[in-house]
Amino acid sequence: MKIKLLVAACAALGFSTASLAQTEIQWWHAMTGALNDRVNDFAKDFNASQTTYKVVPVFKGTYPETLAAAIAASRAGNAPHIVQVQEVATATMIAAKKAVMPVHELMKASGEPFDQKAYISAVTGYFADAKGNLVSFPFNSSTTVFYYNKDAFKKAGIDPNAVPATWPEVMAAAAKLKANGEKCAFSSGWQSWTQLESFSAWHNVPFASKNNGFGGTDTRLLFNSPLHVRHISNMADWMKKGYFTYGGRTNEAESKFFSGECMMLTSSSAAYANIKRNAKFEWGVGPLPYYRDVAGAPQNTIIGGASLFVMTGRPAPDYKGVAKFFTFLSAPERVAGWHQATGYLPITTAAYEVTKKSGFYEKNPGTDVSVKQMIEKNATPTSRGLRLGNFVQIRAIIDEELEGVWGGKQDAKTALDKAVKRGNEQLEKFQAANK
Amino acid sequence: MEKRVRFDSKLLPYLLIAPQIAITLVFFFWPAGQALWQSMQVQDAFGERTTFVWFDNFITLFNDDAYLESFKVTAIFSTAVSVLGLSLSLFLAVKADKVIKGTSIYRTILIAPYAVAPAIVGVLWTFLMSPSLGLVTHWLSLVGVHWDHILDSKQALGLIIVAAVWKQISYNFIFFLAGLQSIPKSLIEASSIDGASPMRRFWDIIFPLLSPTTFFLFVVNMVYAFFDTFAIVDASTKGGPGRATEILVYKVYNEGFKGLDLGGSAAQSVVLMLIVIGLTVVQFRYVERKVQY
Repeated sequence: MKIKLLVAACAALGFSTASLAQTEIQWWHAMTGALNDRVNDFAKDFNASQTTYKVVPVFKGTYPETLAAAIAASRAGNAPHIVQVQEVATATMIAAKKAVMPVHELMKASGEPFDQKAYISAVTGYFADAKGNLVSFPFNSSTTVFYYNKDAFKKAGIDPNAVPATWPEVMAAAAKLKANGEKCAFSSGWQSWTQLESFSAWHNVPFASKNNGFGGTDTRLLFNSPLHVRHISNMADWMKKGYFTYGGRTNEAESKFFSGECMMLTSSSAAYANIKRNAKFEWGVGPLPYYRDVAGAPQNTIIGGASLFVMTGRPAPDYKGVAKFFTFLSAPERVAGWHQATGYLPITTAAYEVTKKSGFYEKNPGTDVSVKQMIEKNATPTSRGLRLGNFVQIRAIIDEELEGVWGGKQDAKTALDKAVKRGNEQLEKFQAANK
Repeated sequence: MEKRVRFDSKLLPYLLIAPQIAITLVFFFWPAGQALWQSMQVQDAFGERTTFVWFDNFITLFNDDAYLESFKVTAIFSTAVSVLGLSLSLFLAVKADKVIKGTSIYRTILIAPYAVAPAIVGVLWTFLMSPSLGLVTHWLSLVGVHWDHILDSKQALGLIIVAAVWKQISYNFIFFLAGLQSIPKSLIEASSIDGASPMRRFWDIIFPLLSPTTFFLFVVNMVYAFFDTFAIVDASTKGGPGRATEILVYKVYNEGFKGLDLGGSAAQSVVLMLIVIGLTVVQFRYVERKVQY
């Protein structure tokens, strides 16, 4: 008995000295609920897998709050090692050459194997510099998909297994749902992302000049083209007819869908987990609708979500640990597990293969829709993503002007022209600040 | 015999006020100076590239329709909050002053909302008036009003006004009640003997005697509506729909913390600072001088 106790004490002592010698790696993130648990699991598993480093995940609030905290910390010379940054702030981070350590450099300097080709091209495209090297580490990427309530379809006499693929088909279904007494036939989350950004890539039309901003900070917005105006004025029309209900600027529409209030939804593929947990009806997933008469459509959709940036200013040996952690996170089974639990994309092709082989897609129909949308065609310069400075403000401007359309204050053309003009002012500001 | 402590040392008085001055310098003048300095710069989020641009940020600001619109929204909002808040709480205070039984219960209930945090107030009213499941929305629909503040900008402004007024009523109420109780009973009795009706007594005696309190509260309410309602807006409308409820402080936050445009946001804070200075001057010049209890 005494010996056992002694052994235990020694072990505890050994353990505590080991943890003292460990190098702590701060990981600031914005993941809540079930996603937060997964993030903590990643850190716990990594910490258990080796003894040199200890990853400490810290929840810092919403994406903007996390970023603001990281920037303040960086300016004070006390940045975290890793910070999770929302896709819209990517240009801001990449422009910060002193504060951010590009991931491809980090991996090379630490001698960790890192194959960029393992990632889906639409993912690499979004987070790479002009030369195509990854600046941040892709983590939680989602894309825009279409959800529909199969029970409501059946009740309205629509074939629940024929997913409406185009906008006219969606609206034909909406008309039937409405005629059947449904109050809210269709709603959309993240209107700027789903109805303009992803919409542009899906139809292979530019959202902004200079390859959507990848070609330089002198990019200007182009989303007031006839196709964009056509879509937004269609939506305004659908709103008047009572087919489309506006939910709000972010993911409010998702709860309207799973609560059974709205019957069709375009939103993030990451809404999957919540819909699965909450919906008390049969539902299906389909690709984002498009217009069939547009040449080249459908191309591929654009990703959303966030990636992990490495901040400078920590002792050099720490970065070896960061690189090791990234290698750990890149393991196909981990990426696949994250994808299956959350509805985020399997950002590497290997993770997709692992998931496919496991039979997950057969058991959970619709979960591969987002993946196929991203990988069926190689991304073109107009569809690889967006790289716009002050994008947070630009999105807010788009939200404001679109709300003017939904509220019946202005028509689609006026709204998009105004949004482009105001957005361009933001781009000019960014260009001036980042000369 | 005059009793006065005399300090012969010239240094001691300064030493005694030094802590207060230090606090003022560190917590007020230093940040204010920094804001002023930053408002004349264009800087990226991480502060890696800084350009000194003199008053360019202010020029951009006042050429921006969105900013001028925000001024208008703030003016409507703060006037509505002050006027509604003051009249409602004056009404409640006059009524509560007359209550004889259960005084403390009434007063406690009326004071309670002041203890609720602004963010909670925002959430509370958003729920009550939520277009799909709100209780108040349901009542409104019974009388034929279709409430949807997510799309209707006037209703959105109405929502934050109601929430802000509700929170501030208690504060005004306490001051009004104290003001009412300090009015000499003899004046009111005298006028009753002269045959003045209750309305007449209120408008000719009580209201003028309350005017210093009213003016003080008006300034305090304006400051409250300008600066302390951030949480209510953030928790309910987030400035939308469009820019219908984007009051000045909310815009500073939006552009500084969400948009990471530090120069532009600092310029807006400087403008706000000037407004506060203006309000304070007004308060000192008029309130402090004319108060006669």
